[in-house]
Formats: sequence, C-alpha cells, structure tokens
Amino acid sequence: MTVTDEVLTLHNLTESEYQKILAILKREPTITELGIFSVMWSEHCSYKSSRVHLRRLPTKGPAVLQGPGENAGIIDIGDGLAVAFKIESHNHPSFIEPFQGAATGVGGILRDIFTMGARPIAAMNSLRFGPLDKQQNKRILEGVVGGIAFYGNCFGVPTVGGEIYLADCYSQNPLVNAFALGIFEKDKIFYGRASGLGNPVIYVGAKTGRDGIHGATMASAGFGEDAGAKRPNVQIGDPFMEKLLLEACLETMHKGLIVGIQDMGAAGLTCSSCEMGARAGTGVELDLDYVPQRESGMTAYEIMLSESQERMLLVAEKAKEKEVFEVFHKWGLDAVTVGRVTSDGLLRVRHHGQVVAEIPNGALADEAPLYQRPLLPPKATLSSRLDDHSFLDGCPPALIETFLSESNDWNKLLKLTVASPNLCSRRWAWQQYDHMVQSNTVVGPGSDAAVIRVKGTKKALALTLDGPAYRVARNPREGAKMAVAEACRNIVCSGGRPVAATNCLNFGNPEHPEVMWQFSEVVDGMAEACSFFFTPITGGNVSFYNETFGGDIYPTPVLGMVGLIEDISFVTRSSFKKAGDSIVLIEPVTRRVGKVDLEDERAVQNLVASAIRDRLVESAHDLSEGGLAIAVAECCYSNVERAAIGAEITIPSHLEVRKDLFGEFSSRVLLTTRKVAELRQRAEQMGLTFHNLGKVGGNRLILNYESVKLVDISTDELESAWSGGLPKLLS
Amino acid sequence: MKFGVVIFPGSNCEQDCYYAIRTVVGQPVEYIWHQDTSVKGFDAVVLPGGFAYGDYLRTGALAKFSPVMRAIADFAKKGGLVIGICNGFQILAEAGLLPGALLRNVGLKYLCKFEYLRTETTHTDFTNLMTKGQLLRIPIGHGDGNFFADSETLERIEDHDQAVFRYADAHGRVTPEANPNGSLNNIAGIVNEQRNVLGMMPHPDRAYESILGSADGKLIFESMVNALVTK
Repeated sequence: MTVTDEVLTLHNLTESEYQKILAILKREPTITELGIFSVMWSEHCSYKSSRVHLRRLPTKGPAVLQGPGENAGIIDIGDGLAVAFKIESHNHPSFIEPFQGAATGVGGILRDIFTMGARPIAAMNSLRFGPLDKQQNKRILEGVVGGIAFYGNCFGVPTVGGEIYLADCYSQNPLVNAFALGIFEKDKIFYGRASGLGNPVIYVGAKTGRDGIHGATMASAGFGEDAGAKRPNVQIGDPFMEKLLLEACLETMHKGLIVGIQDMGAAGLTCSSCEMGARAGTGVELDLDYVPQRESGMTAYEIMLSESQERMLLVAEKAKEKEVFEVFHKWGLDAVTVGRVTSDGLLRVRHHGQVVAEIPNGALADEAPLYQRPLLPPKATLSSRLDDHSFLDGCPPALIETFLSESNDWNKLLKLTVASPNLCSRRWAWQQYDHMVQSNTVVGPGSDAAVIRVKGTKKALALTLDGPAYRVARNPREGAKMAVAEACRNIVCSGGRPVAATNCLNFGNPEHPEVMWQFSEVVDGMAEACSFFFTPITGGNVSFYNETFGGDIYPTPVLGMVGLIEDISFVTRSSFKKAGDSIVLIEPVTRRVGKVDLEDERAVQNLVASAIRDRLVESAHDLSEGGLAIAVAECCYSNVERAAIGAEITIPSHLEVRKDLFGEFSSRVLLTTRKVAELRQRAEQMGLTFHNLGKVGGNRLILNYESVKLVDISTDELESAWSGGLPKLLS
Repeated sequence: MKFGVVIFPGSNCEQDCYYAIRTVVGQPVEYIWHQDTSVKGFDAVVLPGGFAYGDYLRTGALAKFSPVMRAIADFAKKGGLVIGICNGFQILAEAGLLPGALLRNVGLKYLCKFEYLRTETTHTDFTNLMTKGQLLRIPIGHGDGNFFADSETLERIEDHDQAVFRYADAHGRVTPEANPNGSLNNIAGIVNEQRNVLGMMPHPDRAYESILGSADGKLIFESMVNALVTK
C-alpha cells in the first residue's frame, strides 16, 4: 500500500505521526494497521493535547480506590461498598443525529460503569444547545432528550438530574455529556486487563456492523458543511441488548468466571483489545473470522474500527470458557472466543488466515504522541455586560433589553424572568426520563442535587452536575473554580459531604492557541478548587474540536460531583417546607460577581453542613443564576411533597434594586429555619453575614425592598409561567 | 405467603417488587425465570415493569409467548393472585388475561410523575384494606399507558365493577386534566371478572416507603397478603 498525503489526511494523521508509526513498526503499515493507529492516536482516545495539562489535577484522596486511567473512577463509601462513576461526552454524534447520538452516549457511559462490576443506579446529563428560536436547535434538543429517555428508561437506570443551558455558541455544536454511577462491594472490582497466558478472549453482545467506523476520528475534528454526510458514522443504540449484557456480565463476574473485561466503545475492538493487553503487559491475538458480523464482506479494517454498540470483550479463565458461554446463552446473547492472550506484547490480528496487523499494544495505548500545544490568551473576550445576570446570555435580544431597561413593573419582570430560556423549568425534559426506577430516588430532578438512598445502609448519595459556561467564558480560571464551588455547595445544601468528582472538558479546537490557553486555565482553576475542597477528580473525558465553521464553543467544563450523606435523616430539600418557617440569607461579608473566594465559600458550606447536622435547617437552596429573587421563587414551587406555597420577604438594599433582586453574587445560600437566633449566632461567629428576610406562608410571593412592595404575585401564576417556559419555546 | 416475581428479558422493576415484598411487606419472595413452565408453590405472582423484549414490536407482544405465561394463565384460572404492574399490565392485556389494551400515551411521550389514584372498589384481593374512594399517591412511568377497550368491553368492565383505580386530582375528582395519558374513563388499573388478576400502570413498587415520596403502594401488597391469609 502506498501511504499518500491524502490517505494520511483521511486518517487525521500528521506526517510526523506517520514517521513515528514507521519507527515503531520498522516497516510500512498495512491499511488495517494505519486505521488502528489513527483511532488509537486520535485526540478522543489518546488525549494527546490534554495529557500534559491533566496531570496537574488532584486525583488521590483517602476515599479514592481508583483514579483516572480505568473505565471509571471508584470511591469507597463505607459499609464495604464502593461507587464507580464517570461523565463522558457524545457531542459530535448528537449534532449529526441527535436521538441516536444521545442514546448511544448514555449506553457508552453505562457500559463503562458495569464493565467494572458495578450495577448502574443513577444517571444524569448536562446538555447545551443553541437558542430555541432556531428550528434546528429545537429539533436537536427534542431529539437528544428523546434519545436519553429511550435508552435510560429501557435499560432501567433512573435519570435523576442534570442541566440544560442555552447559548448562541452551541447552535452548531450541541453538548451532550452523560454521567452514570454504579454501586458494588468494594472487594469485587473488575479491571480491563488481559492477563493469564493462553486465556481465551471472548466477544459478547451485539454483532459487528459498519456503523460508527471512525467515530473516534470524527470526534477529533470540527464540522464543516459535510456534517450531514457523516450521519452513517453515528451508531444505533439498542438498550434492550445492553440490559441483557449488564445482567449477563454481572452474572459471570459474580460467579468468578472472568479475569478482565472492557467495553467496546470508541475505537471498538481495537481499543478494548490493545488497552487490555497494555495494562496487563501481555499480547492479544485475534482471529476476525470468528467475530459475529451483521453485514457480509466486511474487511479487517472495518471490523477492527467498527463502533457498533452493546459489545464487550472479556478474558476468561481457560477452564471456565464453557460456563461463560452458558451464562450469555441463558440471556440470549452471542458469546464467541475470538482470540487468546499471548506473551509477546503484540496485538496480532488475523483475517482469512493472514496476519493483517501486528503492533505492540504499548505503542498503541501508551505511546501516542504528546503535544504541548501553544497557549495564548485571547485578544477579544466576551463582553462584561451580562456579568450580573449571566442567565440572560442565550436569551432573545428583546428580552435582554426589557430586563435591563428602566422598567419598574417588578411583577411583570419577575414573571418574564422565571420563564426565560435559562431559568424556566426543565420538567418537560426530565418528566420523559424514568427517574424513579430502582426505588432509591429521594430527591429527583429539579433540585440542587439529586439524592439516592443506598439500600441496606442508612446512607444516601448526593449527585450534581455543574458547568457555568458563561462564567468560564468570561474568566476560565475563576469560572472553573466557581464550577467546583457551586457543585460542592449543592452537595452540602442537600445534606451531604462532597467526596470526589468527575469532569467533562468540552472545548474548541486545540490547535487554536486561545483554546489551549482556556483549557490550561480551566485545569488550573479546577485543580486549585478541587485541592482546596479535598474533592479529587477520579476520571472523566476531554472533548476537543467543538467548533463548526471555524467558531469555537465557550470553554465548557462540566463537573460531576458525588457526595455522601452519612444519615438519610440529614437529607435537605431546596423547597420551602412549611408556613411559618423563617427565611434567611447567608453570604460572605464581601460580595463578588464572577469570581469566588474559596475561604469564604468554605465558611458558608461549613455553616450549612453544621446547621443541617444539628437540625437547625428546614430547607437549603444555593443561589446561582438569577440571584435571590429566582432562588426564593424556586423554593415556592410545588414538589412531590406539597402544592406551591407563598412567602413574604424583605430584600436588604445594597446597591440598586435590579442587582439586589437578580444579582448573581457568589457563595450565597437561602435557608429556612425555626431557630433563627441560634442560626444567626452561629453564622456571625463564622464571620458570615446573616439576613433574616421573612417567612414562608400564604399563596403569594411578596418581595419588599426597604419599605416598598415590589412584587406581589400568586405562586400558582408564577409557577405556571415558570413551568410553561420550555414547552412554549419548543412549540 | 410466598410471592413470585417473574423476570422476562428486559424486565427492570423486578428488584423493586422483590425488595418491597421482602423488606417492607415482610413476605417470602423468589424470582421466576420466564422460561419456567410452572409456578407451583407460589401463592401470588407479580409481573414487574420494564421493557420485556425491548418492547420493540408492541408492548407485551413477545412476552406473552414466554413459557411461564401458560403456567400463569392456569394459575389465574384456578384463582391464584396475579398482579401486573406497568409492563406487567401490558403483558396481561396482550395475553388476554385482562380485557382492553394499552396504547401510546396521548402526548406521545414517556411520562414519569406522581399521580393520584382513586380507589373505585374494595371488593378485590388487592384493595381490601382500603376504603372506597380512598386516594393513593403512586407514580407512573410509561410511554404506553393509554387504556383502551371497545365500547362493549368498556361497558362490561364498568358494569362488573372491574375498574379498580382511576386517575384523579388532589381532591379526588376524576377529570380530564387529571388523566395523564388519555386512558378511557381515566382507568389506571383493572381486574378480571374473577377479581384475582389486577393490572395497573402506576407503580406501587416505587411508593412503599415515605422516603420515596409515598408509602401508599404498600397497601396493595398488604391487601394481597390479607386476602391470602383469610382465604
């Protein structure tokens, strides 16, 4: 085969990368080998642009059983139990084919979890779309939500939380980040290792087709006008098959039949086989004639690079091969031995009796090129105009002008604001997700953090996703710190202690020095805040090349934080509980917008945590987009426990009305209590500002400002504006 | 009283039913594999929710051919207690053990939310611990829960007091607004004429402890135990 420049371009390989391949092989690669290198060395699989930066993130801690580098991170939650969790992007496929792209994103992250032996017990998702006045964005949003529901509901994992955020930069490049978490006994962890010479390598699950060939390379390039032509690259999801795969895999694990297992995700059979070999320091020999195929006449290149879904590769003990087959056949699944573990450290692939590839596993998995790409702070940054009210970003210009105008009809403004694109209820979306299956959901979607109980213990887990894209776009380092601070605050407000996190780093083209600068800043900000709060990053995913027609998205890190609630009786909701409860606002002495002081943040969180533990708090809600007025309104809406409830508060004047009502100052929480004096004393002892704002009760929300009544509106009316916001935008 | 919970390929609520019956109701329970040909030794059988065979063809259309369904039909004929929840209801309807069919929700979307159910009759082995008109808060989670029957069948269901639960509002009024999926007469659950087979779309197996938002679902399992004890 002649490797021309054109062939290299098609494989997204550079000339110097090709030279490296020649040096490793000491000969010209076959076309199959070139394909294998191209996917394993793609940005998506090799992290070649990000690895030098990611090393700066804290990854260790007393609770961490497994950090980055495996299919998912694992933390110890006591009682002999552990949880595995991770977040991953499926952005590019979701733009090309929203329903299947999102569905297979969910499928992929679930496989990462049960590959390790854990049963998935919760899923969440963080989504970004362009404004919904464009038909295409509506179609993408509806497709993505439908795809997530289709996959998660059938698989039987509750989708307990997430976020949807709209801004212009996501118009041609939506983000779909899927999070999953699973639980298991901590001495029953499985790894992706091909150990034991002569052990059979077994292929299980769906048959291999031509779908998804070069998915990983596609995710490593931007989109131009040919995006539609890439539709065949998107895989099709079968959640029923995945559910069977889950049960069968867990059964083989519990019966002690297998020694290693890895799912076939990005780069399919290639990635799973060479990574398992590399981790164990062994070789893997595959005979593709045995691979179950859905289509006829597939070449070795196609079989090795296919990204057909719902497939796993496992290594069993030689004597237990038959028992493995029995389990899979019981569940009606294909299980075929396609190779064996060897001692030579090579990935050797045979097809029709000929060796078509022979590459050292280590070269593929660990020796990908490493780039220290140039960094450059961007010349033009986002305007500071919306700093006080970041939720306006992504809103129609008319709404922004109305909001910022000198209008003083505060009733009308509040109603408009709660229905605005980034503040209105996401119920339309999450009602389509089964968020109750497995009967562990204590606090479901729509709260600061989701809470699921851990059966057989008195514990619960608090989970949240946070990605304040506007803040990061304005200041990547501070924005990343704010993401960590807010995620921790959400966990603390729900009654938990933040333990560890996973991150999904969505960025533009890494070959743009401005993008790499943003990336480096975000990593530094995240590293600083995660170290400060003792919440190591146990894994995650980097998604570059989020650009279309040359425009990069906002730098969008999404943080998935996992917290532990020691006693389920500590679980605290954000909603107001009962008429007569006092509403108080806690904040640091210094108000800040767009940045966070970590010491102040810690003081606020410590106060909330200790007050919840000592039963001083009835509800706790973190203040974020839309500030105090929006937070109070959110606490009034109906929930699974009660109908909508009113409140009357007096807002302390500080600067000007609009900022005092809707300003987004950092590190603030809204609590309700029946023990005002005790809480005040405690807050003041910790050097925090304490405002006794008013009381819960009635069926109207009344906001006074000094002696003026600014807002007086029925909570039912407000709630229907809020909950009708998204359906109206989509209609 | 020994309960059996059937597992079809694609069932996903079997563990919830198992946990509710064993831990909360405190009765012995075992799983039944869909290829089993007998349900001997069980006092009550639960068909749990999920997506049997992926529901790719039509809900319940393939599951009704599972070997265990023949055994369950015999068991029901002899008066054994059978409850089908969500997908279990769809399977019972498809298998002809219950009248009517479950169509796509009128909104065409899957819906997961709490609903109020009005108890229409206490003369069943599933509602004997309730009072007539009692409101239960039990969540739904389905895309195909729109109960349909031809007018003759529907009339029969109503005449024979077979509609066990109806979707209602918080005040117990059966209104079109309280109907989440378009079900005829707001029907959420029905029994067969012998009153020993119940199918319901809402999930009592997700509402058996107050921490989950409601413990009302427990009453259904406890009524079954009560019926079995007094039989």
